[in-house]
Amino acid sequence: MNAPDNIIEIKNLHKHFGHVKALNGVNINIQRGKVVVIIGPSGSGKSTLLRCINYLEIPTKGEIWIDGELLTNDQKHLNEIRAEIGMVFQLFNLFPHLTALENITLAQKVVRRRSSEEAKEIALKQLRRVGIPEKADVYPGQLSGGQQQRVAIARALAMNPKIMLFDEPTSALDPEMIKEVLDVMLDLAREGMTMVCVSHEMGFARSAADEIIFIDEGLIVEQTTPAELFTNPKEERTKLFLSQILHH
Amino acid sequence: MDDQPSIPLKDESISIPEITISENKLGEFPWWFVGLILIAIWASFFIFSKENYREAFLFIIVGIKFTIVTSLTAYVIATILGLFAGLGRISRNVVINNLATLYIELIRGIPMLVLIFFIAFVGVPIAVDFLNKIGVLLLSLGLTSTGKFLTNLHNQAIAMNVRAIIALAVTYGAFLAEIFRAGIQSIGKGQMEASRSLGMSYKQAMQFVILPQAIRNVLPALGNDFVAMVKDSSLVSVLAVRDITQVARLYAGRSFRFREAYVTLTVLYLIMTLALSMLVRYIEKRLRKNERT
Ligand SMILES: Nc1ncnc2c1ncn2[C@@H]1O[C@H](COP(=O)(O)OP(=O)(O)OP(=O)(O)O)[C@@H](O)[C@H]1O
Ligand SMILES: [Mg+2]
Repeated sequence: MNAPDNIIEIKNLHKHFGHVKALNGVNINIQRGKVVVIIGPSGSGKSTLLRCINYLEIPTKGEIWIDGELLTNDQKHLNEIRAEIGMVFQLFNLFPHLTALENITLAQKVVRRRSSEEAKEIALKQLRRVGIPEKADVYPGQLSGGQQQRVAIARALAMNPKIMLFDEPTSALDPEMIKEVLDVMLDLAREGMTMVCVSHEMGFARSAADEIIFIDEGLIVEQTTPAELFTNPKEERTKLFLSQILHH
Repeated sequence: MDDQPSIPLKDESISIPEITISENKLGEFPWWFVGLILIAIWASFFIFSKENYREAFLFIIVGIKFTIVTSLTAYVIATILGLFAGLGRISRNVVINNLATLYIELIRGIPMLVLIFFIAFVGVPIAVDFLNKIGVLLLSLGLTSTGKFLTNLHNQAIAMNVRAIIALAVTYGAFLAEIFRAGIQSIGKGQMEASRSLGMSYKQAMQFVILPQAIRNVLPALGNDFVAMVKDSSLVSVLAVRDITQVARLYAGRSFRFREAYVTLTVLYLIMTLALSMLVRYIEKRLRKNERT
């Protein structure tokens, strides 16, 4: 049998911020097309782990391999790899001086070197996919949180990434908007996108995740399927954490 | 500054009662500004109704072109200098960062009048010397045309007009650098992270995402500094260039009509700065109106 087709390999990842040890030796392999959900208490290192995957944080120690390539400090190479990894932030981080459409075309033009027409066509296609084609010419400040997050997803998808990273994409949203964003993510998962999501939306994890990773204090505590984790968690810490998030 | 509101802004115009608006308008009306304009108008009438004043005015107004051209040119150069020095201040490159900080702190530690003397009579000759040496170097490397130009460059060839512009530009470059730095730092770091996560380089992110927002935020401050520079341009009169201050001094010294000369000079500056301030306010207002559209 062939070796598994790992699109992300994280080897012995450590990240320290001064005295704060955010990550303390994390190893993860993620196969192409898989959806991995990361859960864990506040400050456990979830965001740091995600941000190391596209080198927004530079690891203190350890290796990140993306589709067979080792990440280094070589900026040009990093830019190329980052273009292949979409990232969606908790606070959207849309560019407020650009319209929804311009938000989606900018990187296509300056990074992918697409023509204005092509970039615009792709942007409109992505806006349709996230369900808000009518908002193309609207500025982020006039969109609801859910709409802003969908534009942010469209912006990432327009680059044709191989991997999508989500850092608590729904935790800044009003409850009535959470579903519209999760639906987009569910569609994406069904289409076979490789996804790494930091999220405490257990409904999403149950229906989309191939694997759930529970991390605490910068270490993986448990890594298994959603069904297994919810019905039969092995570790005490996992049980405690699950009881906390499931009862609130 | 929070540039990514998570909650959509409500339409604020609905809930504010009519009365509050008109009260606010009365209270916030810039009466002092009307006062300034009245003073300017009164003084202008004064100047044009008295023979002595008219004569002084006609003599001094000639210098206004120099003042405007010098200020504008110096300001454009200062903006470019300031932008790069401001970028240098936030650079993670230790050398660039320290050079930019050195420049800014050096300028801020010296009185402007002294700086103008220094740049005109010490800075420019040293720079010319340096260019001469580079010229010799280029000649030895076989770059004859540029080399010849640089070696033949003579200190006296740099007119005082040009030195005045250089002095103002170098000085204001340091002030504008701090404005640009503050503007860039007012943009949340999520903007840079989002740009980089899309594969943009640092330069692309600055150019297309950070600077357009930062510059828009600091436009009023930049405008105010232009007004300040027009005023400070009076200091270059010490270089014996023919700006309005120098021309007024000449007129006063020649005619012994000190009062006419300096009243006229004062009013001319007032009118210039008033007109410019109004322009800055107008631009600021337009920007605010365009903000979330
Ligand atoms: N830039 C930074 N500088 C200093 N410390 C940091 C930085 N980023 C993260 N940390 C620290 O690293 C630890 C892990 O942070 P991280 O943001 O990864 O946690 P998290 O699991 O995402 O938490 P949350 O659920 O609150 O988002 C925390 O103790 C945090 O304070
Ligand atoms: Mg986090």
